Amino acid sequence: MDFEPIAGTEELRKEFEDFFKEVMKDAPPGWENSPDDLATDEGWAFHRRVARELGKRGWLSLAWPKKYGGLGKSIFEQLTFNEVRAYYRAPGVDGFGMAMVAPTLLAMGTEEQREEFLPPIARGEVTWAQLWSEPEAGSDLANVQTMAVRDGDYYILNGQKVWTTGAHNADWAFAVVRTSKELTRSRGLSFLLFDLKSPGVEIRPLPTMSSHSRKVEAYFNEVFLDDVRVLVKNRVGEENQGWAITRATMNFERSGLAGLGGIRHSLDELIDFCKETRWRGKPLSEDPLIRYRLAEIAVGITAGQATARHVLWGQHRVEMGEAPAMEMVPRASSMKYYQTELDQRFVYLGCQIMGLYGQLKRESKWAPMAGKFERLYQSAPGPNIYAGSTEIQKNLVAWIGLGLPRT
Amino acid sequence: MNLDFTEEQEMLRTMARDLLQTECPKTLVRELEESDLGYSPELWKKMAELGWQGLTFPEEYGGTGMTFFELALLVEEMGRNILPGPFISTLVCGLTILEAGSEQQKREFLPKVAAGEMILTLALTEPSASWKPEHISVRAVASNEEYVINGTKLFVPDAHVADYLLVVARTEDSTRPEEGITVFLVDARSPGIQCEPQLTLGLDNKAEVVFKDVRVPKGNILGELNQGWKVVQIAMTKGTALKIAEMSGGCQASLEMANAFVKERVQYGRPIGTFQVIQHYLADVWGKTDRTTHIAWEICWKVGAGVATPFEVAAAKAWTNEAYKWVTERCVQCHGAIGTTRDHDMGLYYRRAKVAELDYGDTDSQMEVVAQQMGL
Repeated sequence: MDFEPIAGTEELRKEFEDFFKEVMKDAPPGWENSPDDLATDEGWAFHRRVARELGKRGWLSLAWPKKYGGLGKSIFEQLTFNEVRAYYRAPGVDGFGMAMVAPTLLAMGTEEQREEFLPPIARGEVTWAQLWSEPEAGSDLANVQTMAVRDGDYYILNGQKVWTTGAHNADWAFAVVRTSKELTRSRGLSFLLFDLKSPGVEIRPLPTMSSHSRKVEAYFNEVFLDDVRVLVKNRVGEENQGWAITRATMNFERSGLAGLGGIRHSLDELIDFCKETRWRGKPLSEDPLIRYRLAEIAVGITAGQATARHVLWGQHRVEMGEAPAMEMVPRASSMKYYQTELDQRFVYLGCQIMGLYGQLKRESKWAPMAGKFERLYQSAPGPNIYAGSTEIQKNLVAWIGLGLPRT
Repeated sequence: MNLDFTEEQEMLRTMARDLLQTECPKTLVRELEESDLGYSPELWKKMAELGWQGLTFPEEYGGTGMTFFELALLVEEMGRNILPGPFISTLVCGLTILEAGSEQQKREFLPKVAAGEMILTLALTEPSASWKPEHISVRAVASNEEYVINGTKLFVPDAHVADYLLVVARTEDSTRPEEGITVFLVDARSPGIQCEPQLTLGLDNKAEVVFKDVRVPKGNILGELNQGWKVVQIAMTKGTALKIAEMSGGCQASLEMANAFVKERVQYGRPIGTFQVIQHYLADVWGKTDRTTHIAWEICWKVGAGVATPFEVAAAKAWTNEAYKWVTERCVQCHGAIGTTRDHDMGLYYRRAKVAELDYGDTDSQMEVVAQQMGL
């Protein structure tokens, strides 16, 4: 065991840093790369522009095989990219396309699907939306009700999806739908790709609590599917075998190191604020309680980073065929909720430190740090729920990591 | 970066785990807790025969030349099993002598430590209960070819069985508190030393050591005169890292014990481990233990390689302090009432968690270092 820096990534890091430093000069004012930022017209245009720039450099497909327009780099180089991008809070990456659709197709897609769908993702030209959750299928995803009925070369889709991030801006969807009435729960599901401009698709905004005015659009949507026709050849994997596909998107860097680095960046900004701001006669940074609580967040980040390195290493071992993918599940699950809860604690600490000023929106001339924590306060609970709620992650740790029985 | 263990490291871990299980069962742990010595001289001798005390010393000083990281893996197993005694105290001082001592001091002390014939400890803290140089009040005054030491040390681990004490004393007043401190190698049997062990929560022997006109030859200064705080930092960094490794092993053992228990214990006609509330407690314990294990490996590797920053050392100890206490508390909870008894092993870990927090810097002092290192 050794913790020497990963060989060969430092030059690449410099290249990424130079790029992001330059491109972020054009970011809209107060940019944090939050879902709310991306929901504005200006923010979305900025994202698309950065995406195309990244595409030109091949950085959206760093770790793909060269055959599909990738650069054939390792998970360590992907991590370097993710870290630098997180630090600069840069847009330009469609997480759904790059981190979910592409790895799925690389692992389980047909040759034709790879050739059709991968190059536009690599070029940063197409945005994907994840149509999984439904009103009756949240954490219990296997309860999906949307039906896809076979009609020659097509499936006819009817049903409703919900919590669809960015569907109003997306071009294509990857959906989990029911293809069998007889097979129950996870056994009767299939994984389909379809164009969101297809007739019968209706997208309605679902405003979150932070969508307070015309200035901040909703980033969630409801998606209604009414006789939507989807080509059978756009099914990934076998019919009724879609459940396995939903859990097989491993070969993408998911260590969480980039996210933890992002929290550290925000922490450093909060520390600067506390050093510069004198309230009631002395700098905030001299308050022993504030010092302790800021240190606590830094300690939490440091511990998270230590385990995140092992998640990364485990993924590397899976990639090399040295370990089964299942071995990674408990650690990745544990880190998912550890990180979202740490981020939430950080946000609440920021709000607390701001005192009365913490309620001011960025439009107020009195708002500290451009009202950053007022916004973050509203988005802080979400991550504990989406992408597998904390409770679901704890179940996985208990069942797989500890061998406790499912009941 | 390579996060897999080498074959040699795997072997060391397995061998240590097996040996400690056989040679240091919990019956012996309880017996040693109640004994005056607090450790088993027979086991101490056996460990020396296996080369544990000299694991990281070069061969010329009687050691086997392994790395600090490998020593930490050994200590992790000691924490997992619980091994009462002066291992960390002795090794911390031995490694400090190796790094800061003169050739003569190394030849005099290290082979004896490696052979299991010498126990050492660091006498740093005082009734002021502080880790800071400004609170060192024990004084050493030059007198011909000797120094004369006066004052009181408190919370000195294993002092009652130590052969030599590394005494941190003020030799010169200075406006910068870390200047003017000197470390002396003091024979624990010198006239004028009075050692009185105090009963502690960990039943682990922390002593009051009173120095009354204790005479030490000038040749027994470790490192440089008035520059002793650097020597203290060497000892504290290594001690902190090893303590973290020990605590991490304790977290792992507690989790395994609780996980086994909830699968067996039946209430309401089913094992309590089938209840989601228990599953979620243990999922949290699993995660905290996982992160503690990783931060322990990483900080021990970095300390061994000489690349650990003060921020990293303090953050790792602060994390582990809180994690070990929290993990053991949750594991007691999962055991129900039986976990609170003297007969059950959980209490052995629960008590040690609080004491280990205090060793080499409690959470409050570590958090303050973290804050300072971040520019606050």
